[in-house]
Amino acid sequence: MIRAVIVMNTQGKPRLLKFYEFQPPEKQKELMRSVLAVLSGRPDNVSNFVEADAIFGPGTRLVYKHLATLYFIFVFDNSENELAMLDLIQVFVETMDRCFKNVCELDIVFNFNKMHAIVDEIIFGGQVLETSSEQVMKAVEEIARLEKSSNSISFVPKAVSGRFGR
Amino acid sequence: MNAFSSPSRLRDLIRAARACKTAAEERAVVRKECAAIRSSINENDQFFRHRNLAKLMFIHMLGYPTHFGQMECLKLIAAVGFPEKRIGYLGLMLLLDERQEVLMLVTNSLKQDLNHLNHYIVGLALCALGNICSAEMARDLEPEVQRLFLSRDLDIKKKAALCSIRIIRKVPDLAENLMIPAASLLKEKHHGVLISAVQLCITLCKVSDIPLEHLRKSCIKGLVQILKELSNSSYTPEYEIAGVMDPFLQIRILKLMRLLGQGDVECSEYMTDILAQVATRTESHKNAGNAILYECVETIMGIEATSGLRVLAINILGKFLSNRDNNIRYVALNMLMKAVSVDSQAVQRHKTTILECMKDSDISIRKRTLELVFLLVNETNVKPLTRELIGYLEVSDQDFKGDLTAKICSIVKKFSQEKKWYIDQMFKVLCIAGNYVKDDVLHSLIITISNALDIQGYCVRSLYKALQNHPDQGSLVQVAVWCIGEYGELLVNNIKVSEVENTMNVTDSHAVDVIEASLKHHLSDITIQSMCLIALLKLSSRFTSTSERIREIIIHHKGSVVLELQQRAIEFNCIIQRHQNIKSSLLERMPALDESSYIGKRTSSSQVNISAVKLTRPTPVASPSLPNGVAHAPTNPLLDLLDLIPDDNPVPTSSTNDIVQDLLGIGLGNPLTSGTISPSVGTDILLDLLSIGGTNDQNDVPVLDVSSKQGSEPLTNPSTFEVMDLLDGTTKDRSTDDEHPVYPSIIAFQSGTLKVAFAFTKKPDKPQITQIQVTCTNLSTDEYMDFIFLAAVPKFIQLQLEPASGNILPANSDGAITQTLTLTNSQHGQKPLAMRMRMTYKVNNQDKLEQGQVNNFPPEL
Repeated sequence: MIRAVIVMNTQGKPRLLKFYEFQPPEKQKELMRSVLAVLSGRPDNVSNFVEADAIFGPGTRLVYKHLATLYFIFVFDNSENELAMLDLIQVFVETMDRCFKNVCELDIVFNFNKMHAIVDEIIFGGQVLETSSEQVMKAVEEIARLEKSSNSISFVPKAVSGRFGR
Repeated sequence: MNAFSSPSRLRDLIRAARACKTAAEERAVVRKECAAIRSSINENDQFFRHRNLAKLMFIHMLGYPTHFGQMECLKLIAAVGFPEKRIGYLGLMLLLDERQEVLMLVTNSLKQDLNHLNHYIVGLALCALGNICSAEMARDLEPEVQRLFLSRDLDIKKKAALCSIRIIRKVPDLAENLMIPAASLLKEKHHGVLISAVQLCITLCKVSDIPLEHLRKSCIKGLVQILKELSNSSYTPEYEIAGVMDPFLQIRILKLMRLLGQGDVECSEYMTDILAQVATRTESHKNAGNAILYECVETIMGIEATSGLRVLAINILGKFLSNRDNNIRYVALNMLMKAVSVDSQAVQRHKTTILECMKDSDISIRKRTLELVFLLVNETNVKPLTRELIGYLEVSDQDFKGDLTAKICSIVKKFSQEKKWYIDQMFKVLCIAGNYVKDDVLHSLIITISNALDIQGYCVRSLYKALQNHPDQGSLVQVAVWCIGEYGELLVNNIKVSEVENTMNVTDSHAVDVIEASLKHHLSDITIQSMCLIALLKLSSRFTSTSERIREIIIHHKGSVVLELQQRAIEFNCIIQRHQNIKSSLLERMPALDESSYIGKRTSSSQVNISAVKLTRPTPVASPSLPNGVAHAPTNPLLDLLDLIPDDNPVPTSSTNDIVQDLLGIGLGNPLTSGTISPSVGTDILLDLLSIGGTNDQNDVPVLDVSSKQGSEPLTNPSTFEVMDLLDGTTKDRSTDDEHPVYPSIIAFQSGTLKVAFAFTKKPDKPQITQIQVTCTNLSTDEYMDFIFLAAVPKFIQLQLEPASGNILPANSDGAITQTLTLTNSQHGQKPLAMRMRMTYKVNNQDKLEQGQVNNFPPEL
């Protein structure tokens, strides 16, 4: 089972946190700190797998991908296949890329609840729900459409108009 | 709307939070925003509820408490519109804990939404339920979820399947209800549904045996069929990743197969073909393909596979090891570690590839490899593997040396068949990575050397050479200094040279040179320096030609700023200057250390601590860093003696022999309790000596441990000086006293070979104290070596033994050993003195023992 999906930038600012087992805010902060400490100490040429027993409890591992300024981290227990998790991160990132057309950190910052929609379409209660980014896209777009059509309050800007670079 | 209610948008909040330079600023922004949201909530503001919750989720992500927004989630969920529901469910998943009672309130809304006409709203409800459902909710809503299995919408179907996973986890009893619908879901064609269904089946199998049996019977065919189609690439291209057909589904199916095949031969047999097909036909150029192969290998290892299939699987892992991607190598090593226990022969075949990974640039892979190699080592391959590992030790980087060293030491220790090989390997390790060798490994090496009588000469010579080349390897220096101190004469005289060695010309002064160099080396710590001093002291008795020089070195350290060194220097100087008569026996070679008790001790405490050694062991064991020049300390004889005494509770007995030993840091068991060999030997003999009326209260005082590493702790200043006093004049007490031998002397013991006479002295003002001058005479025609006199008394008497005048007793009564005993009779006048004694000595290298009881004390004593 997947325990958590974390997106954070290289400075440790959380961009998306999704824990499939409830964590109180203080604990979340602590986890983020220890994850960052582990990841920032790893050079680029090492494997993407980290034993996370010390952080998330016995038997847990994490897979991360370092893309531009962001870490994409999946935390999971020993019933998951590490290599498959790495592919799942790929699916996740690809889907975001499709949604935001060349995704950058700012998109993620300002659209975190769209991000949640994407995560919820890929992972459901810690289990893999859908692995085809096309299918995920369809669902996410439908949700966005429904949100727009049935209510005039637009609480999330559709996309960040000006890009500020990285 | 009051002044606090915020009309600002979520985006403004995000901007503001991003603009914060410090954490304090961020906190201020969040606090202000939270205040605004709270007041907005209090006003029950419908319009902003939606936006407030979105902000709260952002604030929650930043790590601030947001519990006050929980009720808002429920209100939004109960709303009609889709956006409100969506944000409400999102908030529900993020902000609420399943343990909270608020959650109960949402059950009804969930039930309604699960029956909603809009698929997306049903999807939201399922998603929320799948994330936060509690046991009670699971029971309440399980029928609704199961009904959704039959929904025509595929999206709902898969979500319902996954939602059931959570339900089963919470309430395992429901597994049987879901077993048949789950099995029927496996007949779907849609991949998303299939993945969900397979995952549900996996959970069912894990939770209970009944669905496991059911699935074994009904589904295995279907699963094999799906996998076959996937493997033959005749499925929808939508799920293709890098030319591999839906790796996620394949992996899930393989996982389920593993559960089904585990412990079921028939089922395993049925899978064999398809597993072999997957293992051979899957593309291994891409990560996706490797993920499938990896899972396939794990399944083969998990089920009751044929040995051929297992070899195939392990060969795949072997291929992984030479893959360029370190992720692949990493998982391969992980899996090989598991495979070792299943089929170690097949893994052994990939030994060379595995060893190659030791050179990997990725430290996490090197660490795995090391673990794996450690598992692979056995009696037959230990020699080549150790050679390889030591080779890597030379080239490995600093971070890795610690781990590698520890593993090599442990391998070498565990599998060594001959001592020489073990010692050789250890020397190699010490030369390369001496600073990484742990203390307990060193100690066990020293113990081995001390037991390997025939190669001690070889050891000391190798160490001498090594020390000259590698003076910076701390542990090497320790072992070398210890060995040179102990076996210096073997080094100089080239004793027991084996044919493979080159003879060396080492003189006394060379040996002293290397030790002096180590003493002065800038990397030497107190431990090494103290060991150097001890080694020098020992050499001073071995090498007469350099003893003056050694004395100078020792004197030089009398001014050391380190208390420990200063103290040792002063004490050792005293030994050299004033105690020539006992020096040779004091500085004799250490007896072979007891390996078995060391191992026993190591299992009980991993931390090697000299004091601990002393306190936990009844037998005299010198920690390897300490010199032990005295022959076997007579603990057990003493105990035996005490056993003989009719009185059940003997007093703590001290013998002066012990003092010298204790000064050198040898833990001598002091019998504190009768009968059992007491593990606590903590009586501070020195303190006893100093305060003659020493009582049992001092039992817990740790042994004054001059040469222990933490010697400065128990050594308070006054006692340091007292020790000096003792050493300076052991005869002081006697010389200052007025001696009035008013009592007749007695022959306390006489046999055909030995006579022991007692002469008594008493101070008139202290009638309870009796001083006994013991004179032992040899009546036989052979010289007695290592003569030790021991005495034991009943508990109402305190006994102090002072050092004997020597330990060699010439033949034909041609001389005598004298020793002073002080007895303090606490019941003077009520009970007479009584004593048992035991004499041990060596005649022509044979141990002899004599004992007797003294009954003829003059009654007036």
